[in-house]
Amino acid sequence: MAANYDYEEAPGTYDDANRQDLGYDPNFVPDSVKSFVVHLYRHIREKNVYEIHQMYEISFQTLSDRLFKDTPWPSVDAVAHYVDNDQVFCLLYREMWFRHLYARLSPTLKQRIDSWDNYCSLFQVVLHRVVNMQLPNQWLWDMVDEFVYQFQSFCQYRAKMKNKTEQEIALLRQFDQAWNVYGVLNYLQAFVEKSNIIQILEQEKEGGEQFTATDGYDYSGGSNVLKVLGYFSMVGLLRVHCLLGDYQTGLKCLLPIDISQQGVYTSVIGSHIATIYHYGFANLMMRRYVEAIREFNKILLYIYKTKQYHQKSPQYEQILKKNEQMYALLAICLSLCPQTKLVEETVNSQLREKYGEKMARMQRYDDEAFAIYDELFSYACPKFITPSAPSFEEPLVNYNQDAYRLQLKLFLYEVKQQQLLSGVRTFLKVYSTISLAKLANYMEVDEATLRSILFTYKHKTHSVDSDGKIISNADVDFYIDDDMIHVVESKPVKRYGDYFLRQIVKLEGVITDMDRIKLE
Amino acid sequence: MGRETPKQQQQVSYTVEQLVAVNPYNPDIVPDLENYVNEQVSSQTYSLDANLCLLRLYQFEPERMSTQIVARILIKALMAMPAPDFSLCLFLIPERVQMEEQFKTLIVLSHYLETGRFRQFWDEAAKSRHIVEAVPGFEQAIQTYAIHVLSLTYQKIPRPVLAEAINIEGLSLDKFLEHQAANSGWILEKGHVRGQLIVLPRNEFNHPELKKSATDTVPLEHVTRIFPILG
Repeated sequence: MAANYDYEEAPGTYDDANRQDLGYDPNFVPDSVKSFVVHLYRHIREKNVYEIHQMYEISFQTLSDRLFKDTPWPSVDAVAHYVDNDQVFCLLYREMWFRHLYARLSPTLKQRIDSWDNYCSLFQVVLHRVVNMQLPNQWLWDMVDEFVYQFQSFCQYRAKMKNKTEQEIALLRQFDQAWNVYGVLNYLQAFVEKSNIIQILEQEKEGGEQFTATDGYDYSGGSNVLKVLGYFSMVGLLRVHCLLGDYQTGLKCLLPIDISQQGVYTSVIGSHIATIYHYGFANLMMRRYVEAIREFNKILLYIYKTKQYHQKSPQYEQILKKNEQMYALLAICLSLCPQTKLVEETVNSQLREKYGEKMARMQRYDDEAFAIYDELFSYACPKFITPSAPSFEEPLVNYNQDAYRLQLKLFLYEVKQQQLLSGVRTFLKVYSTISLAKLANYMEVDEATLRSILFTYKHKTHSVDSDGKIISNADVDFYIDDDMIHVVESKPVKRYGDYFLRQIVKLEGVITDMDRIKLE
Repeated sequence: MGRETPKQQQQVSYTVEQLVAVNPYNPDIVPDLENYVNEQVSSQTYSLDANLCLLRLYQFEPERMSTQIVARILIKALMAMPAPDFSLCLFLIPERVQMEEQFKTLIVLSHYLETGRFRQFWDEAAKSRHIVEAVPGFEQAIQTYAIHVLSLTYQKIPRPVLAEAINIEGLSLDKFLEHQAANSGWILEKGHVRGQLIVLPRNEFNHPELKKSATDTVPLEHVTRIFPILG
């Protein structure tokens, strides 16, 4: 049920409604579905989180595969009377209903608008009423994730004005509040604020609150829904800001979550991956390459070790896709900012296998190199959106690629500025001292140009971190004394401490083994 | 490089910072944010978060965009170098707006600074005085950035190289150097063949031996592994 980021919608030219109606009776409720909703309703009322999770994750999936492979589930009106017409349950059911629709079929404009209405109603209930439920984190994450996904999908859909029918245009004009960017952002912000999650996380550090320790669940009779939705909304905000191209604010929204530790965000694999993917991407665009490399390295190692446990899960495909995208981003980061010590062995060998050749070509900075940067960026980047309302004036155009093209253009511009740096790096690796005149001669430029190149090298390899401090990323560095360049190579430090620790443990093992041997 | 300085501002701007923190996704605050940009310009202060907030709102409602305000935001961002604020702002400005003459000029100026082409920068800035003179403190901010880059690069820098980078020459440069020598630890050496040499203050970037190395630090969690053995 996880959002499929890359779900390419079929063009809206044919009549989607027709296609869905073939053999689909919204009022027909198979027995298994009746049983499903009755049990799920009971478990929610009785707060049996484990059972809810099983039904949500497994039963829903199984029934979808068996009975609703390419049709929607029965309409909420058809099942309502099995669940006492409970308003909240119906909203939850509808949320799952739409999620299933988006995943298996192509939603019509009317359905998109209805889904928005459903989210509004559901969110209003959670925000303004005391909701006495405990829902599994997986479900709560999926709600936020899907909400942002449907927003992104709507913006992409709306930006393709060229082939819209009269009815579609009329509907768009009429329901201009549906999936409005202000609405989306303000709901996410409202969850963060109303849940008080930022203060809860702060107080938890001082020992005053329990949140992470209980995985967000409330064991004192209350509800986890608002708190956990507030928590996941911070990731949601990071994601929306990345889609808009505002990386600084995105990272700011995530700040209350300490990603150097385990937390509720790691309790659901989809959330863990989404958080680090967007965190890494935002840092990449802000030229904080080392930070991005560090986080990508950690998560890629984690996925490598744990993906086997998710093989049966509905999120598996999505996990694999994000895995591949993050390798591409890692390849980009390491080509722009070569580092020797930051990537773990396993991840490094995977990286070499997938992108070794491409990385070598990227560092040549010729036309082919730019094409590869373009290719990898385009493959791995988020699906950027244009948030403003469309123009209904003739001629109607498709502008769904505009946002992506801008981000790509600016990214390649940055790459181009670093073009001459790999040449310098090569020379710096060979010499310990060299005069400006000589190096200028070897690089076939005049001294003034060489100075500019060296300034660029220094500027690009010394980034500004979130506290405004200057940090050097240079694997090879230098300084100039008058007209002489002195190269400084950072040598790998012998880690004696680690060595001794290992040997101590090993020796202890040998002694223990010896103790076990009984002498005849 | 002169980021947020709310304390020095009046009551009004403190409220703007609050707006940005508490209620940023609200089209009604556009006028406040625009006034705040003008205030940053006149009082030589700077707030990236507030300016990004405004650029976002312009993105949501492009008809309300004021290119004059956007230009001022970009100039302030340029003055924040080496921070990447200029590109962060560009990410939020539609391509067709970036094609306008004044923005193309600003992008060229940024490009020169990003690639250490100081002479070309000052030449171009001289041609676009009307753009850059609109924001007080521009020249000093860029000179500060230039000195920052020089300090990363040089231990001892020849006078002509410094002069070109900060666009100061002759007697003005002499006065400038005296001031830096008195207040910032610069040392002026009489050069041999090539003229005056300026010794810049030592830092970990131009003096690698000063680099604090996180060499053989062992994290506590690793040591705890052997506590059972030691105990």
